[in-house]
Amino acid sequence: MCGIVGLFLKQDALRPRLGELLTDMLITMTDRGPDSAGIAIYGDAESDSVKITVQSQDPDTAFSGLEAALSDEIGVPVTIRVIDTHAVVNVPAASKDAAIAALEARGLRIMGAGAAMEIFKEVGLPKDVAERFDLRSMGGSHGIGHTRMATESAVTTMGAHPFSTADDQCLVHNGSLSNHNQMRRKLAKKGVFTRSENDTEVGAAYISSRMADGASLREALEGTLEDLDGFFTFVTGTKNGFGVVRDPIACKPAVMAETDDYVAFASEYRAFADLPGIENARVWEPEPATVYFWER
Amino acid sequence: MSVTLDMSQTPLREVNATLQAAAKAQSNEPHVIVNARGSHAMAVGLDGPLHVTVKGSTGYYCAGMNKEATVTVEGSAGPGVAENMMSGVVTIEGDASQYAGATGHGGLLNIKGNASSRCGISMKGIDIVVHGNIGHMSAFMAQKGNLVVLGDAGDALGDSLYEARLFVRGSVKSLGADCIEKEMRPEHVEVLKELLERAGADAKPEEFKRYGSARKLYNFNIDHAGEY
Repeated sequence: MCGIVGLFLKQDALRPRLGELLTDMLITMTDRGPDSAGIAIYGDAESDSVKITVQSQDPDTAFSGLEAALSDEIGVPVTIRVIDTHAVVNVPAASKDAAIAALEARGLRIMGAGAAMEIFKEVGLPKDVAERFDLRSMGGSHGIGHTRMATESAVTTMGAHPFSTADDQCLVHNGSLSNHNQMRRKLAKKGVFTRSENDTEVGAAYISSRMADGASLREALEGTLEDLDGFFTFVTGTKNGFGVVRDPIACKPAVMAETDDYVAFASEYRAFADLPGIENARVWEPEPATVYFWER
Repeated sequence: MSVTLDMSQTPLREVNATLQAAAKAQSNEPHVIVNARGSHAMAVGLDGPLHVTVKGSTGYYCAGMNKEATVTVEGSAGPGVAENMMSGVVTIEGDASQYAGATGHGGLLNIKGNASSRCGISMKGIDIVVHGNIGHMSAFMAQKGNLVVLGDAGDALGDSLYEARLFVRGSVKSLGADCIEKEMRPEHVEVLKELLERAGADAKPEEFKRYGSARKLYNFNIDHAGEY
């Protein structure tokens, strides 16, 4: 079991409330996944810079003086915003790879990178995770979140969702994949590598790899139905989009709601109870083996 | 007079205990649940005549094991609504999620919207009327009772079916193993007419096709041993 939530805003008016709405949805899904929680949130994209979200088990030491040291090391000015165990490092787009290499060399864990996306995930109850990162205060255009009840790999920060395997792309998953080791090897042959032993990260890497080869979000999600074996309800985020797909058996629950203001996804209707206008929303269950996506 | 139970004030166990006691006492007093907020296991195990209305959508297993009571959900229902129902009437004004009416022994489950996958799985005598469509693997191993669908049915309808009767007005994406279309005889038209009336469904029995078991899986066939 796991809990998934997602919220894609169609109107700008709700943008300042995105974090607050998503946090309530996430906490409601605690029963489905009390061991870890995470969120990917898409804010304003800056055209010439990239945000790299990193995590450290010892943030006081790791982030102290990092801004100056990293600027020196890669030869361009960077800015750093520390939030609990995570830090969002803002670097010029051209220096992204150098910055990631330098950050990894320091033993920092890369949560994700992109022009718009930031990822925050940790072990612990969703309400505690949300509080540590002050998720409620975050604004943005869309976001996805996950509460984890691990069935497959260890309960660690790196095993928590969302998983990001390309710029501004992320995935959350309820279910389990049975051919992830085989797919991991196939992707590795193509030069696509994962950072954890987790099955979902392979699903994320598969989608990223397909999109890197030129597939659209729809095509990449349709590909999961052919190439991934197992149980899944996937929700994926891209810089300007939000997609949902369920495996053909569809035993992992899913419900969606749409109004003029937003499209929302959750594992259970309970997560929608506090959304504005939910009483008049169109509520439906996404069909098995059918791709749904919204892009702005 | 009706009794209002507010789930923002009253915990689920207390709500269910109140409903169960009222059903047992045969009070038949209308009860209304407000602020349901998609809670799980609401109005379960009612054993006696009682009218319960839930304002809003429900989570998992609403109205499970219902006996004699009339439960109406003014919204959509999560997975497993009216599971193992014995008698009474459960009405869902919106959609029902997967395995609605699973293993039901009796009574009427009336779904005004769509039902998703595995509707009526292993049904054992319940009548289910779905005004919209149903998802894949519906009536899997269904043993007894009637499943009436005004819309379309998904893949593998009635797979490994026993003696339940399936009536579908729209298209059937595919039939499951051992499920075949059967002749609509006068007695079937009668059964269907009565069910459509009880469910308040605007449809004529003649518009439906009947599906049932070919009864080929009842006994092991040695000639098919290689197929297992």
